[in-house]
Amino acid sequence: MKILVTVKEVAEVDDEFSISGLDIDESSLEYDLNEWDDYAVEEAVQLSEADGHDDVEVVTVTVGPERAEETVRMALAKGADRAVRVWDDALEEAQFLDLDAKAELLAAVAEEEEPDLVLSGVQAADDANGATGVALAERLGVEWAAVVNSLELDADAGVASVRRELEGGVEELTDVELPAVLTIQTGINEPRYASLRGIRQAQRKPLEVYDLEDVGLDESVVDSPVERTDMYEPESEGDATVWEGSSEDTAEELADFLRDKGVVDA
Amino acid sequence: MSVLAVAEHRRGELRDVSLELITAGRRLADATGGDLDVVVVGGDVDAFADRLDREGVDTIYTVDEGEEFNHEVYADAVEQLHAELEPTALVAPNSVNGLDYVPAVAERLGVPLITDVIDFEAGDGIEVTREQYGGKVETTYDVDADQYAVTVRPAEWPKAEAAGDAAVEPFDADVGGDLGTTVNGFEEVGGGDVDITEADVLVSVGRGIEEEDNIPLIEELADTLGATLSSSRPIVDNGWLPKNRQVGQSGKVVTPDVYIAIGISGAVQHVAGMKGADTIIAINTDPSAPIYDIADYGIVDDLFDVVPELIEEFGGEAPDV
Repeated sequence: MKILVTVKEVAEVDDEFSISGLDIDESSLEYDLNEWDDYAVEEAVQLSEADGHDDVEVVTVTVGPERAEETVRMALAKGADRAVRVWDDALEEAQFLDLDAKAELLAAVAEEEEPDLVLSGVQAADDANGATGVALAERLGVEWAAVVNSLELDADAGVASVRRELEGGVEELTDVELPAVLTIQTGINEPRYASLRGIRQAQRKPLEVYDLEDVGLDESVVDSPVERTDMYEPESEGDATVWEGSSEDTAEELADFLRDKGVVDA
Repeated sequence: MSVLAVAEHRRGELRDVSLELITAGRRLADATGGDLDVVVVGGDVDAFADRLDREGVDTIYTVDEGEEFNHEVYADAVEQLHAELEPTALVAPNSVNGLDYVPAVAERLGVPLITDVIDFEAGDGIEVTREQYGGKVETTYDVDADQYAVTVRPAEWPKAEAAGDAAVEPFDADVGGDLGTTVNGFEEVGGGDVDITEADVLVSVGRGIEEEDNIPLIEELADTLGATLSSSRPIVDNGWLPKNRQVGQSGKVVTPDVYIAIGISGAVQHVAGMKGADTIIAINTDPSAPIYDIADYGIVDDLFDVVPELIEEFGGEAPDV
C-alpha cells in the first residue's frame, strides 16, 4: 500500500516584522515544516511501522522552491521513504497559488503515484485556507474526511475508521472507503524528532523534482480569478491596561488586583 | 446578484453560525439589491426553517435527506440547488463541517473559494478580508468571477434576530448515490474529574510554557490562588494536560470571572472559547500577541519571571523549573 503525504514548507513571521508590497518582507520570515503536516507525516510513518504493514510506502509531495528541500529532508529523516517536489518558474512568478492551483498540482502528482491513502494537514500555518485536502479529493474523485484526530486503518477491508474533531469537544465517528484523502489535525499523535541516523539516511533517499511539464500541466495552472490587493497589520482593538515595571512590581500590581477582586483572601 | 447561504445544524440544534450567515448574506445581497436564499439539509428541516425565517431572507429551501451532516449529501444537494438558482455568491460557515463539503462543491461548480473570511466589500465583484500568518496580518483579495463561494468565520457577524416572512420550499435533491462515507455516531470528549466551565477563576497555560517539566509552575499558581488550571490547544496536543482542560473552539467555552492567560498568544480558536470571561489578564512576552486585543490587563514580561513572584506574593513557594 502507498500513502502520499502532502508536505508544505511554511513561513513563520518574527514578532517584529515588516511588510513590503503585498507580502511580508523576506527578512522577517523563517521557514519550517507546517505543524499539521508534521502530524500527517508521523501518522503515515506510524502506519508503515505497524505490525503487518511491512509493505507500506510513504511518499511526500511538496509544491515549493529548492529552499523547501530542507523541510522535505526532515520528513524523510522522520521516516518517509521518498519525496516528490514540484516547482517551476511560472509558480515562482505567481503572486500566490490559489486553492485551485494547489489542488491541481497535487492531483497531478497523486494521479501518477496512485496512493491508497493521502494524508494532508488540516491547514497550512501561513495561509490557513483549510481547504486543499478536500478540494484534492474531489479532483481525484476519491473519498475524504476533514479534521481527523484519530485513524484506524483496515487495509484489507479498504476502510479508514476515523474520528473527526468537531467544535465544542464533540467527535464524529466515521468510516471512509479507500482510496481517500484525510486531513490530519494536530494532537492525533506525537510527532517524533528526527534521529541523527534518520537525518543521515534522508540524504540518500530519493527526492525527485518535477516542473509543470513533467506533471502534465502548463503555466495556465497559476491563472486565478483571485488577486491579492492589500496586506497590512491589523490595528489593535485592545485597550488593555498594561502594568509596567520589574517582574516584582508587576506581580505585585496583579496580586493587589486579584485581592481587590476578591479572587484570593490572602 | 443573489446569495445562497447554507445553514448548519448538529444533533437536532441549529448552530448559531447559521443566523450569522443570514446577517452576512443579507449584507452581501444588499450590495446589489438581490435575493438571499437559505438552504437547510437534513434533520427536522421544517423546525429549522422556522428558526431560519429571519428578516432579509427571501426563500428557505429544505432538503429532507438524512438526520445528520454527511458531506456527500450536502455536496450533492448544494450543487444541485446552486445549478437551479445560479447565485452569485455561495456562503457557508467556516466550520469543521463547512470545510468538509464546501471545497468539494466549489471544485465541482468550478467557482473560486475563499475560506475563513472575516469581512467583505461587495460591489461589482467582491473584495474579501482574511487573516494570514496566524493573525499577524490581514490581507484583502479581489475575486473577479461571476460566481464564487466564501466560508465566513463564526462569531464575526451578529446573529439575525428579527422575524421574517420567507417562503419555504422543499427542494427535491437527488442524493441517492453510493455513500462512501458513513457517519456512525458522535462522542463527547474531554469529560473527567474537572469541569473548567464551572470555575470562577481559571489560570490558563499556553505554548509559552515551553516544556512539560514547567507545567508545575502554573499548577502551583493555580493552587495558590485556589483557581482551576486550564490550557490552550498545544498543551493538550502535546499530552501535557488532559483534553478536559482545553479552552477553545474544539475544547470548552468558558465564562469565568477572571481568566489569567499565561504564555497564550490568543489564536482565534482559543479566543472563541474564553472571550466571554469578565476579566481577562494576559502574561505574554510579545506585546503584539492577539491576546492583548481582548485582554483587560496585561503584563508584557517573561512568565518565568512573573509567575514565581506572583506565587510568592500569595505566600506560596514556586517550584524549581
